[in-house]
Parts: sequence; structure tokens; C-alpha cells
Amino acid sequence: MMKFRILALAGLFAVAASGLAAQTLDALRGPVPLDTEGQPPRMQPMRNTTEREIRNYPEQPPLIPHSIEGYQVDLNGNKCLSCHARARTGESQAPMLSITHFMDREGQFLASVSPRRFFCTQCHVPQHEVKAPVENDFVDVDTLLSRANPGGPRR
Amino acid sequence: MTAVGTTRPPSRLRRLWQFALDLWRVLRRPSSVFSLGLLVLAGFVAGVVFWGAFNTALELTNTETFCTGCHEMRDNVFAELKSTVHFSNRSGVRATCPDCHVPHEWTHKIARKMQASKEVWGKIFGTIDTREKFLDHRLELALHEWARMKANDSLECRNCHSADSMDITKQSPRAADTHQRLLFTGEKTCIDCHKGIAHRLPDMRNVPGWQ
Repeated sequence: MMKFRILALAGLFAVAASGLAAQTLDALRGPVPLDTEGQPPRMQPMRNTTEREIRNYPEQPPLIPHSIEGYQVDLNGNKCLSCHARARTGESQAPMLSITHFMDREGQFLASVSPRRFFCTQCHVPQHEVKAPVENDFVDVDTLLSRANPGGPRR
Repeated sequence: MTAVGTTRPPSRLRRLWQFALDLWRVLRRPSSVFSLGLLVLAGFVAGVVFWGAFNTALELTNTETFCTGCHEMRDNVFAELKSTVHFSNRSGVRATCPDCHVPHEWTHKIARKMQASKEVWGKIFGTIDTREKFLDHRLELALHEWARMKANDSLECRNCHSADSMDITKQSPRAADTHQRLLFTGEKTCIDCHKGIAHRLPDMRNVPGWQ
């Protein structure tokens, strides 16, 4: 009786596994069987403009509207700061990095960029022209407030 | 009494001196065997051969294969170049070491080559023969190259990137604006802004425009 049960269980697993292998999922990876690799989308160049994008919420780190390919940011130097540093903005006409970048973690303002704010791409990212793989229904706070019934159910 | 066997043969130095004197006498005497025409022709042919060989050898030292023949260049600066746009890009046009580091014009090329004999010294005594030593010297090496390019108005950049042929409508607005304001007016030269485009940067703390 025990042997029969094990056999039945093994058979069930085999049927289930073969079903899984044949199954195709249309998820982020595309309509490709699980055991094969799909064709990845082509890499797109970075957006390269001077136009700033609207922030989705006030605390959002501004997006980088230009290409930063090959920009070195490490212990030796910071390419971003050669335009965005306070003393460099006159010549570069780039926006200066905000005063929050000079604060240490006690909230004290230092004379130059705080080490914890040195690595720009931890928060600021460049943009690529790509189709969003999933739909985004984010609504910004102004839109929310302009609704007839703020805080009420979505219509 | 003087025995024949006891006289000492002239020293090696003395014989060499004697040979040099004989050679000088022969060179000073007009030729009694060869015609003037033959001598001139032979001199001309020898000159061509010498000049050709000299320039061939010179050009041989002006190749990437030669530069990367030493591990100092191959494992440090050449390895770094490979990930940059000057090595790999959409059109496949690329710069080799001498394109940026050796002037193309003859006089300046010879001057640079004479300077570069210092690098042979460095190679022999292992000035940068480990990664650590190279990193220690990186600022000094970079400063030399920046100074050279600043002095010759970024000549090696301009051998390919001519300001006259730049179509700024095809550049990004950021680049177009900056080139118009600073490059076309002659206020700045290429290397003033474009540092660290082919190799990694040294410690930039005291370099103007950086922090």
C-alpha cells in the first residue's frame, strides 16, 4: 500500500512538471517558455537634453536629463561636480547641488560636499527612452488635492 | 743586452689609437681609386637607406603594438582605454596610443621622441612596474600630459576633432552651448574640460575645476 502511494505521488509530480515545462508565461520576461531565454529589448541611448523634468513629489531627487556615460565618480574625483559644484556653476550654467548636500548627519553644514552625499547616482539617475514594462498609475499630490473629494475613493 | 723576445707588444689602447689615426689619414686623403661620381652616388644611396631605416624604426615605435609591448602600458592605461569611446564606439573609428600622445608633425615628433627616452630609463629601473607604483605616479604622469596638451592647444585632439568641422546642431544642447561659449571663442582648449576621457583620473583634489 505504501509503495503504491509513493508511486502515485511520483506520477503526479511527473505530470505536473511536464505541464510546467510546456507552459508559457506572459510576464515581464515576455511570452517565452520558462526553460528558454527570450530576446532582450535593445539598449537605448541615454536621454541627452538640458530640460529638467518635473519632480513627481517634492522630495524626489531630480532626474539627470543628460547623458553621463563615462563620468567618473570615485575617490579620485567627481565629474558631476566639475559643473554642478558651487564654484563651477558660473562657467557651466548648471544648477548648483542643493545645500542639503553639504549637511552631515547631525544636520550641520560643512564647507564642501558631505562625504555621504558624494556619490551622485545613489539618488540621481539618467533616463533612457524605453517603454515601461508595467503600467504605472501613480498620481501626484496636486492631482489628488484637486479632486472633488480629496482622500476619498478613486474614481 | 736586449733580447728580441723580451720587448713588450704595444698595449691594446695604443693599437686602437693607432687604428683611429690611420683611419683618419685615409678619410682625409682624396680617393685615388673611386671616381667622384661613384662616391657621390654611393653616398646618396647610403643616405637614402639610412634615412629610410631611421624613419621605419621611428614609425615602428609609433604603433600600439610597440606601446603595449610593456606590461606597464598594457595592464594599466591600455586596459582602461578599452572601455572608453576612443576604443569602442558606433562607427568603429578609434584612436591608438600615438594618435593622442605623439605629435604627427615631424619636428615635434622628434622632440617628443627625445623626451620619451626618459621612459626607457623608467622601464629599466622599474619606476612604475607594479600597479601600486603606477597609481602613485598617476597624478605626475597625467600632469605632464595635461601640460603638454594645454601648451599646444590640444593639438592631438584637433588632429581629428576640428572646431571648424563641428556641426553643433548635431550635438546635444549642453555640448553645443558650451562649445560655442568656450571653445569657439578660444577661451578654453579641449583638455581644459575633457580630462580623463581615455584613462581613469588621478587624485583631482588640486586640479583647477575639480574637487
